[in-house]
Amino acid sequence: MLETAVHEIETATELEKIINENENVMVSCGRMGPMCIPVYDAMEELEEERPDVKFYVMGFDTSEASPIRNAPLCRGFMGLPFNVYYKNGQMVTATTSIQDKEQIISVMDQFFA
Amino acid sequence: MDEVYDVMISGAGAAGLAAGIYSSRAKLDTLILNEGAIGGQMILTDEIANYPGVESTKGYTLANIMKKQAKDFGCKIKSNIKIAGYKLEGNIKTIELEDGRSFQAKSVILAPGGKPRPLNIPDEEKCKGTDISYCATCDGDFFTGKEIIVVGGGNSALEEAVTLTNFASKVTIVHQFNNFQAFEHAIQEAKKNPKISFIMGSELREIKGNEILEAVMIETLTTGELSEMKTDGVFIFIGYLPNTESLKDVVKTNDRNEIVVDADKI
Repeated sequence: MLETAVHEIETATELEKIINENENVMVSCGRMGPMCIPVYDAMEELEEERPDVKFYVMGFDTSEASPIRNAPLCRGFMGLPFNVYYKNGQMVTATTSIQDKEQIISVMDQFFA
Repeated sequence: MDEVYDVMISGAGAAGLAAGIYSSRAKLDTLILNEGAIGGQMILTDEIANYPGVESTKGYTLANIMKKQAKDFGCKIKSNIKIAGYKLEGNIKTIELEDGRSFQAKSVILAPGGKPRPLNIPDEEKCKGTDISYCATCDGDFFTGKEIIVVGGGNSALEEAVTLTNFASKVTIVHQFNNFQAFEHAIQEAKKNPKISFIMGSELREIKGNEILEAVMIETLTTGELSEMKTDGVFIFIGYLPNTESLKDVVKTNDRNEIVVDADKI
């Protein structure tokens, strides 16, 4: 259970449903770790500022997160959280470890335009 | 920009939030401006066991309590912003943000805190989260059975190196000095750990590999000699830099860019 105001996805089925029903989705898959919390914090604010994007978190230490953990775009990632971006149901890019709000916005502007 | 606050606080770490709690509880109209996530270095700390009155808690838990306390007393907080500059002359002070917004107050409290010091080697930012990590708690298990390097010689470096031996098969500590800047118990814990070895008087200069880290170049500082060392990952714990870039021309800073407080009273 991730202690953040951002909605948490608990199953792979739920993840699949969300990315197929929304055009732009960002999911941060991590723990309540020092590199993860700042990302969740930025996402909380972005939920208000970017209505064009749906924001979710997902616990890393569960097999339900395997679609993210084993995604080709996450290959070589050795730092939490895995931040993945979906457009029209497809994972279009991913970043690893801590990102500030500006970096997240930059990714969204590039891939969700 | 119409509202003029009684107090503006730059920074929402422990000091900034404490100032916000006291200021807003005193019925002063208070705004905290914070670059990054609320909690500052608290949220970079997994377990906090030395905060008076709190036996042991998670860093994010303590940060959330402080944030709630401040907000419950009426303090406003704007986080994840970028401060472009300060105008502290005159009775009304102004803080300008990079996005064009600006805020005014009768008083400003500076509590900007610090950020982890980078190594400043080529490709450091690009390798963050793949080859380079700043958090043993977060990323240690990705290096299970692997050989890794820890850069640094303070308490964080030594304690995190010991933690990382729970995962890695071998941990090599690379430190620029020939002695450690850590508490004796941390030094002894590291020295007695059979998985930890030390390269002293040396600095990491380059990371090598194609997509996956293969080796690093380490310079022996006394001779300037460079040697290659194979490794699977690098963890960096080399202290903090003060967040004073936008304050340099506004307040007096020392040669480490730290704000000189009450210089006339020393």
